[in-house]
Amino acid sequence: MLSIKNLHASVEDKDILKGINLEIKAGEVHAIMGPNGAGKSTLSSIIAGNENYEVSEGEIILDGEDISELAPEERAHKGVFLSFQYPVEIPGVSVTNFIKTAINEKRKANGEEEMPANEMLKKIREKSELLEMDRKFLSRSLNEGFSGGEKKRNEIFQMAMLEPKLAILDETDSGLDIDALRIVANGVNKLKNENNAVLVITHYQRLLDYIIPDYVHVLMDGKIVKTGGADLALALEEKGYDWIKSELN
Amino acid sequence: MELKEKLISSFMAFEGQIDVNSDLYDVRTSAIKNFELKGFPSKKEEAWKYTSLNAVLKHDFTVFPKHDSAIEFKDVKKYFLHEIDTYKVIFIDGKYSSFLSQTTHEGLDVCLMSSAFTKPKYKMVMDTYFNQIANKDETLTSLNTAFAAEGAYINVPKSKVVDKPIEIIYFSTGQENALMVQPRNLIVVGENAHVQIIERHQSLNENPVLTNAVTEVFAQKRAIVDYYKIQNDLGSANLIDNTYIAQKQESHVSVHTFSFGGNVTRNNLNFYHQGERIDSTLKGITIIGGKQHVDHYTLVHHAQPNCESHQNYKCIVNDSATGVFNGKIFVEKEAQKTDAFQQNNNILLSEKAVINAKPQLEIFADDVKCSHGCTIGQLDESAMFYMQQRGIPKKEAKALLMYAFSNEVIESIKIPELKQRITQIIANKLGVNLGFDL
Repeated sequence: MLSIKNLHASVEDKDILKGINLEIKAGEVHAIMGPNGAGKSTLSSIIAGNENYEVSEGEIILDGEDISELAPEERAHKGVFLSFQYPVEIPGVSVTNFIKTAINEKRKANGEEEMPANEMLKKIREKSELLEMDRKFLSRSLNEGFSGGEKKRNEIFQMAMLEPKLAILDETDSGLDIDALRIVANGVNKLKNENNAVLVITHYQRLLDYIIPDYVHVLMDGKIVKTGGADLALALEEKGYDWIKSELN
Repeated sequence: MELKEKLISSFMAFEGQIDVNSDLYDVRTSAIKNFELKGFPSKKEEAWKYTSLNAVLKHDFTVFPKHDSAIEFKDVKKYFLHEIDTYKVIFIDGKYSSFLSQTTHEGLDVCLMSSAFTKPKYKMVMDTYFNQIANKDETLTSLNTAFAAEGAYINVPKSKVVDKPIEIIYFSTGQENALMVQPRNLIVVGENAHVQIIERHQSLNENPVLTNAVTEVFAQKRAIVDYYKIQNDLGSANLIDNTYIAQKQESHVSVHTFSFGGNVTRNNLNFYHQGERIDSTLKGITIIGGKQHVDHYTLVHHAQPNCESHQNYKCIVNDSATGVFNGKIFVEKEAQKTDAFQQNNNILLSEKAVINAKPQLEIFADDVKCSHGCTIGQLDESAMFYMQQRGIPKKEAKALLMYAFSNEVIESIKIPELKQRITQIIANKLGVNLGFDL
């Protein structure tokens, strides 16, 4: 589904990604782990189309199409979703209105009719229940005054509503207590099927107890230096990253 | 002939029509003298440092329109509120339109200044209030006073809660090649009374208009006044709005100014406190582009203890437009425990857009809380990326952000239909249709 080939990227002339290769197939869950400053969040931003980064080399191919020149919204319309580490606050626009707009913009871009109001309401009810969200929450301004945990839950709620092909979860576990972590992970697992894929970006292993990855990649200094199964995450949790560095040397 | 000379000679002609024996005659004469002395303000004056009237004053404005113009309701229907009933005081090229108006004398007076100037039954109110709070030194206010002939006269008696908003609309038809109008409004709100007022100036074609308006508002003890100014005029219209508000103890007065249209707009908004525990609110949203110029010049004069004032002005400037905010808070020695707040946030959308922001605090009391904050920035890029990531195209994302930026002010509009209309104007202004009411 997603194929990243020899991706190089920089911000303000500083090289951050130095040749990333990554293949993700439908139905798979991949995790990218790595120390702070390795380039994990940069990679997720670049896949989603953040224009602050300059891609100097390489390709990002989604379902056979190079998306590296597309605007963020065009990538979103093709099924890329990024759950932000720091979701922004938009006063005056309710969660419901925001998600309605997002869904209908996507449908419009794909040549579909707007979603009928009753279908929309039903879906909102269903997905908010899945994430155990309070109904009142939906009429509040987007992320305004939300706790860290509420913001993350709201991100996964939007993901559930948008049903992306490729979901990238950028440090979704940060700021979550154990109950919220369980609810969020449960939400992600319920949405997972053989036609979509999940890329989990995380510093810690604990989210991976709940969302079990098929592959774990270690990102260090702008490159994927090691790939393994779910057990690699446990080894990293236990031993840190230094042993990989020494292995590389 | 320069406009100043034209006005002064017009005054001589105007004198012929008025009663030279009335007190008002003296008021007018000294007013025109002040204008003759000072003329139109120039950028050399501190208060007009950022706003030039030079280009506007070059037009050959007609001071007394030659024609009487009529307009059909269907042509101007869109400028009125629809869903709720309102009182209406409507003027066309400075003259009262009884056809479009809906005035009243039942329980309150919603009528005309021309009546108030001439009919004996209004004399007491006029003697007590007319030109009492307006600044007699200010040259444009004086100019208005000299010529003041027509406008809205509103007198709300004690304890009266006015059942529906009052719309005051000044239409310009463009019958004259260039027209100068000088509306004069007087609003007296009695003890415990409550009124909502919407004021609008609207040109109906592209011929230049210069409006020099003066409004005096007197809020008695515990009165509540919500005043909304909609400035969404055509690009050929210029407006100088001089509003003076006197508040007695425990009264609450709010003025919201929505500046979206017009060529040069200057809002002189002045609040004077004449009692304790007064609450004053001044809020504004300005969204401009092209070569538009909007200047908010505010003054809150805290003269008594335990009063509050809240100012919040949001301004979004595109293209080569200019926004100005000059906010003065004056706290006299007696005004202990004053709580004065002022906020001014600006967004620049282009390289050539200009913001001049100048908070001025003069505090002579020692136990007060005065705060002011001013920001000038661009649209938040991380927020743009966030929305685009959710599939919302750039233009719509921008609109949502600008809406979010203005939201604090929009939220405090107390007339639901007006709130909806303002958000609709903002959406139109931003060229988006979001599928829901912003």
